[in-house]
Amino acid sequence: MSWLGRLLGRSTPPPAGLDALFAVPGAALTLESATGLRPTGLGSVAFRAAEGGASAGSVAEAERLLSADGSPAVERTVDSYGFTWLLVRHDPADVDGVAGLVTDLHAVNSTLVDNGFGPSLLCSLVGFAGDDGRRLGLVYLFKRSTFYPFAPSGDQQRDTAFELQVRGALGSDLPVEPDLSRWFPVWGAPGL
Amino acid sequence: MARSRYLPDRGLTARMGLTMFLLGLLYVVLIVVVTSYTNLVLGLVIAFGALFAQWFFSDRIALYAMNGRVVTPEEAPQLHGIVDRLCALSDMTKPTVAIADTDVPNAFATGRTPQRAVVCATTGLMSRLDDRELEGVLAHELSHVAHRDVTVMTVASVVGVLAGFLTRIMIFSGMGRRRDSNGAPVVLVVMLVSIVVYALAFVLTRALSRYRELSADRGAAFLTGQPSALASALTKITGEMGRIPNRDLREAEPYNAFFFAPAIASGFSLSTLFSTHPPLERRLEQLGSISAQLGRPGA
Repeated sequence: MSWLGRLLGRSTPPPAGLDALFAVPGAALTLESATGLRPTGLGSVAFRAAEGGASAGSVAEAERLLSADGSPAVERTVDSYGFTWLLVRHDPADVDGVAGLVTDLHAVNSTLVDNGFGPSLLCSLVGFAGDDGRRLGLVYLFKRSTFYPFAPSGDQQRDTAFELQVRGALGSDLPVEPDLSRWFPVWGAPGL
Repeated sequence: MARSRYLPDRGLTARMGLTMFLLGLLYVVLIVVVTSYTNLVLGLVIAFGALFAQWFFSDRIALYAMNGRVVTPEEAPQLHGIVDRLCALSDMTKPTVAIADTDVPNAFATGRTPQRAVVCATTGLMSRLDDRELEGVLAHELSHVAHRDVTVMTVASVVGVLAGFLTRIMIFSGMGRRRDSNGAPVVLVVMLVSIVVYALAFVLTRALSRYRELSADRGAAFLTGQPSALASALTKITGEMGRIPNRDLREAEPYNAFFFAPAIASGFSLSTLFSTHPPLERRLEQLGSISAQLGRPGA
């Protein structure tokens, strides 16, 4: 927010950056060699729909565009905080693998931005899992253009040591969020 | 509804009273120093030193006054979850999150910079509001932090403090000079001007405060996209606040005349001093028009 905007008390939510997501496929290879975790082929995006008919119409329009031919089909859920999640599936065994998932996610995100949800985008998540049952969500913060790892271990418990290990492994591939207080937990997020 | 259901929170009242008393005491000490040494510069340094301290320690003062307790994400996952998401949406540093154990439904945010901010909700607020309404209230408080309202209001109150200070100096020196014959009229004029400036500054600062409240409402409505949830929270809280003795607190702070930035208002609580906040109707009207704006196609 600008100095003047602050002084006049005119805050508006900042716009979202989308392009950093394309660094995920490279980071996925690093992650697999460092920790053995592989992409699950699930990805999701969370945003806040405004009240009223116009916003609901835009969500429906975005969904319609996304389920049109050749575009990814999405599943919509609303979490307990009132945020709408769109879940995207892309077979990880597919030729383009995680790159295909990221392309699909980017299509969803840009459709949302085109429909006016840019300032309301919260985060995007790419799911990873290991053979030992470990799960990891690579969370992308739209307003910061940074990523952080979220590793739930059981109910309302997170494996902080593992998250920090992932941060070390991915530091050179991705812009990892340096402020740890912004690594908020996304329990039960679709795609995790 | 029975009046007795909303008994005053005596612990809170006592704490607020004590804080006010200490702040007032500081100013009494100041006046004593000034009058015994008649050193204007020293007096001014102390006056602005106190104002600076109030700004610098605003987070701790407000937490102490409200008896707030800092909570971890494990202790209050829902509250932290809401604050986390609001901060991620608005790209803000996450403030310290605190809870005050009192039945008074209220919330405040304070701190000299967003990096040193505290946001505090009372247990009474959390029990009365649902999650959407609570989110609206927290977004309102976070907007105060983003707008740096503690700093803005502290700077704005400087004129008032200065005028009030001058008034008192004149009263004291006027009393001293009454033995001389010619000094009195000049002193009277300066005193009169100081009083007028003081009154004007008082009214203007309150007006500014009301404007900042409306701005915070607006910021919260656009951040969450849910103006109606905030409106509903305001209706619930102010309906109950009417029965909670804020007036007693105000009357128990005679030293607020000395200390112009009202002690408790250094934390911008959602519904404390009536005059620092716009009337409910005005706030609901603004939120209603934002709701209509969001509901229009192509918005």
